[in-house]
Amino acid sequence: MTGTDVRADTAAPTAASPGRGARRRELRILGRRIDLQVLVVTVVVLVVVVFVALLGIVAGSSSLTIPDALRTLLGAGTGAEQLIVFELRLPRVAGALVVGCALGIAGALTQTFARNPLATPDIIGVTSGAAFGAVAVIVFSGGVYAVGAGTLSLGVPLAATLGALITAAIVYGLSWKGGVDSFRLILIGIGATATLMGLIRWFIARAQLVEAATASQWLAGSLSGISWTSVVPVVVVLLIVTPIAMTQTFALEIGRLGDDMSTGLGVALQRHRIIVIACAVVLAAAAVSAAGPIEFIAFVAPQIARRIAGTGRPPLLLSGFMGALVVVGADLIARALLPSPVPVGIITAIVGAPYLIWLLTRRKERETLR
Amino acid sequence: MLGVSATGIAAARPVGAPGKGRYRRSGPVLAFAILGAGVLIAAVVSLMLGSNLIDPVSVVGRLVDPASDAGAIVWGSRVPRTVLGLLVGFCLGIAGAVMQGQTRNPLADPGIFGVSAGASLAVVGGIYVLGTTSVLATLWLALAGAVVASILVFAIAAIGRGIASPVPLAIAGYAVSSLLIAVTSYFVLANETTLAAYRIWVVGALSSRQLAGTEPVVAFAVVGLIFAAANVRSLNSLSLGTELAQGLGESLLRARLVGLAAITLLTASAVAVTGPIGFVGLTAPHIARALVGGDHYRLLPASGLVGAVVLLLCDVVGRMIGGTSEVPSGVVLTVLGGIVFIVIVRRGRMAAL
Repeated sequence: MTGTDVRADTAAPTAASPGRGARRRELRILGRRIDLQVLVVTVVVLVVVVFVALLGIVAGSSSLTIPDALRTLLGAGTGAEQLIVFELRLPRVAGALVVGCALGIAGALTQTFARNPLATPDIIGVTSGAAFGAVAVIVFSGGVYAVGAGTLSLGVPLAATLGALITAAIVYGLSWKGGVDSFRLILIGIGATATLMGLIRWFIARAQLVEAATASQWLAGSLSGISWTSVVPVVVVLLIVTPIAMTQTFALEIGRLGDDMSTGLGVALQRHRIIVIACAVVLAAAAVSAAGPIEFIAFVAPQIARRIAGTGRPPLLLSGFMGALVVVGADLIARALLPSPVPVGIITAIVGAPYLIWLLTRRKERETLR
Repeated sequence: MLGVSATGIAAARPVGAPGKGRYRRSGPVLAFAILGAGVLIAAVVSLMLGSNLIDPVSVVGRLVDPASDAGAIVWGSRVPRTVLGLLVGFCLGIAGAVMQGQTRNPLADPGIFGVSAGASLAVVGGIYVLGTTSVLATLWLALAGAVVASILVFAIAAIGRGIASPVPLAIAGYAVSSLLIAVTSYFVLANETTLAAYRIWVVGALSSRQLAGTEPVVAFAVVGLIFAAANVRSLNSLSLGTELAQGLGESLLRARLVGLAAITLLTASAVAVTGPIGFVGLTAPHIARALVGGDHYRLLPASGLVGAVVLLLCDVVGRMIGGTSEVPSGVVLTVLGGIVFIVIVRRGRMAAL
């Protein structure tokens, strides 16, 4: 079990990647070549996302039908329907969509960049940094419940974003040893996560019970408290960062060949890495600050996307849509199918962890995970 | 620099294998003398320091006269936590050494491999369902949870590819931990009483733990130590690589099972007493390896002693820096251990995770 195995990761030709020798069909749109299978799959997933999102709007205690929901969304609903859809259901569904999308893209970026499916924002310390900031604010805001709502809607996202950015910078800096090796980045991220989680547990132990409960709820990753004020920043971040990330796809593609090859082909490796990591961190920070650490999305979504698209690396947009689909679906299950509401992060962990385990038990996939 | 170097180093030098400058013939006696002195000093310091400073001479005086008022502080609070700190640190240090030897992964720690998460879930389930927080019930629950989690981790890693691979093992540990933590937080969120008990327990501390009722834990720990001792020979063979170990006539399955039993029993007894304390199992073997080299006959006892010293000193530090409320030793360790972890990673002498 030598380090070589770690290097043999997604970059190695899998059965699905072009290494098999089968030519992939491509379209030319606006001078860019678009892989046909990726395009078709992306459109299909988008349609499914819309459908599940509609189900998410419909599901709940008061009965709406899908036509009702559509009519209301187009502006022709009754007053009550307007209230239910726009004030109650839509923020939550929209929150699930944008948070899942941001996590999916962030995961696709880090996994491709590190050439290792395990390199997700959860593992490189971004999520725990955000959690550290958020829990610190929840616990040390002093249990003032009059301003509690204000703290939760403004202070927590801010602290989470700061915590994520600072932790990412520290982890990146500590991984620097004449350049950043992705293997070292993952390990130092794991160390930072363990330390931060220890401190978080201590904060929770010291807090008043009410705040401890709030913090635990937040830590589980929940969409129940989400409102338009927390959804909008994520949308803004998505709109700004996704195009920047898309400009890096060419370098990402070459990056899969390995560092020496990339440098040889003229990719400014460290600058490219900093851009990619920064995009991933900002996306993950925005998502976590809105809904708490929803686990495994950043791991699972890009991996599913890569498989159904049959590409060597997870396609960015498809990973985002897949993340949205998983979060909306999990939240639907959490709200509609279970007897008592459960934070969505618990559902995604209970689904995501076995998926990782299943990957481990398959020989072919294990080769790519090592 | 990238990848290739980590690869080369990892391939050339498995963890625990004798390497340049780490194998000293004359060293061990001196090293063990230092470790023994270290344990003694740590124990005395732990008895002396606290919110009331007691000088070393009166510590001895109070130890022999437990009936006196002053003796009550020492016997009531400091002796228990010192004794338990030594015991738990010893167990965790050895569990970490066995784990690192078994997986040949220098970052192996009961926390990373899901054992602590399994124990935590069982304890939380116990609080939630039965409302119990007694040491004995906690012990049995922690033991059951640790056994189930470690069997799960090893079983997942074993399917298809043989139990010998440390890398799938580490990932399986991560996956199982995440799953268990998710279920744990479901219990914790469902019930505030559970949260109230769990949040205190999960930090991991030596304070306010009593000696009474811990006898069964000691029994479990002793059985775990026996398993660890029985595993030493296999660990030395395994450090040459699994193929060579099998070539030397080692039964891989038996070696794994004995190691698993040792890790599980030692971790579960430690977790039952103090709650999950991370990083002792990670840190102690590294310090011990620097002192006595990679031979497991010496590495195991040395790791135990280092673990005891580390845990006691962290407990003392926590008592001193906390002001009115002390910082639990689990928290001190989490910070110091995180630094150690990062230093180990940056030195780059490691096998694949």
